[in-house]
Amino acid sequence: MHQVFYTLQDFMTHTESVTYLLVIATLVGMTLFWLFLTGKDED
Amino acid sequence: MSQVTTGEQRSIFSLFNFIAFIVLGLGIYLTYLRFTGGLAAVTNLSDYNPWGLWISFDLLCGVALAAGGYVTSASVYLFGMKKYHSAVRPAILTAFLGYALVFLAINYDVGRPWRLPYPLLVQQGTTSVLFEVGLCVATYLTILFIEFSPAAMEWLGLKKARNLVVKLTILLTIFGVVLSTMHQSSLGSLFLIAPSKLHPLWYSSYIPIYFFVTSIIAGLSMVILESTLSHRFFAYKMDETHLKEANDITFGFGKAASYVLAGYFAVKVMGISSGNNWHYLKTEYGTWYLVELLGFVALPSFLYAMGVRIKSLGLIRWTSVLAVLGVILNRFNVCLVAFNWQLPPDERYFPRWTEIGISIFIVMIGLVLYRFIVTRMPILYEHPDYKDAH
Repeated sequence: MHQVFYTLQDFMTHTESVTYLLVIATLVGMTLFWLFLTGKDED
Repeated sequence: MSQVTTGEQRSIFSLFNFIAFIVLGLGIYLTYLRFTGGLAAVTNLSDYNPWGLWISFDLLCGVALAAGGYVTSASVYLFGMKKYHSAVRPAILTAFLGYALVFLAINYDVGRPWRLPYPLLVQQGTTSVLFEVGLCVATYLTILFIEFSPAAMEWLGLKKARNLVVKLTILLTIFGVVLSTMHQSSLGSLFLIAPSKLHPLWYSSYIPIYFFVTSIIAGLSMVILESTLSHRFFAYKMDETHLKEANDITFGFGKAASYVLAGYFAVKVMGISSGNNWHYLKTEYGTWYLVELLGFVALPSFLYAMGVRIKSLGLIRWTSVLAVLGVILNRFNVCLVAFNWQLPPDERYFPRWTEIGISIFIVMIGLVLYRFIVTRMPILYEHPDYKDAH
């Protein structure tokens, strides 16, 4: 849904909050993906 | 001991030569039209659409797909991954030819090509991103020429000069990485000036990062693709070292490409979030954006990873085609499809067949030069006089 923002602060608070959550998900996701990628390496 | 075979003498009446002859002939005719009739004679470019196919394909795609040079030489000479050494010369050659052809294409694209040296020699626009791109590309083309020159010198028997240039390898590699980082990202920065023209899904303040990261993906994928094609068509030129290292290169670069693609996917999603552009995903442009993001970023990332896990060379090689197409699609989307998206349909740009013809002509020049060099110079094998000299 397209949310309406009346101030720049509202907009930044919303987008930055979502982006920070995505950053955390990315950190976890990239770690798991690395384990998947290297899971069958023979060392 | 590796042994280089010279290959049998091949007839000049091959299918490749026949196609090359026709394409080059047509290209020369189109070149005549371009330089006698001007841009309007062969292009659909206009004031609304001054950047068309030649910029999006020949320049943006050409520079991105030539990134294999700095990616491979940095891996080998800066990060010490010596097991990929045999990939360096083919990658440097591809990069050198790629940048040389970018320069050639620019001569077709700008209205008055004889004024190309002006920004460097007459009137420097030091605050312009385009000035930085031009300066970097010109410098990096020179660097690539020097990096490539030892192969030519070995072929010509210029031992002293060759040994001198080889001593500069690390310095040249560092220059190459610095210059590439600058201009690969700056090609994206060019679009920062047009937030109202580029669709919000493709426009982002992160666009320089997108362009830089995709250049790494393009470089890694192009090395895999090029290695595959070299094995198919020039296997008789390869020595044992190249044949032996080829699988390691495919797996190693496939793994790297998979991880970089995953990171790129994450940054792209963050880009949507930071602009709060989620609602655009439900539009037609949004569907096309998802095709690019899921079909040409997420899918190749997963397929590369699967190829590495199940040790499937075939899967990684086919995925490299998908990844390269993805980078080309991205550049087309940014420069053509999503650019001027608010203009009425009759004002939108679509390339004329002559533009496409000249682009194919330029690619064909690259293929002919690549084949000429690879079949003569020590690119896919080590010269007998310089074995283990790296």
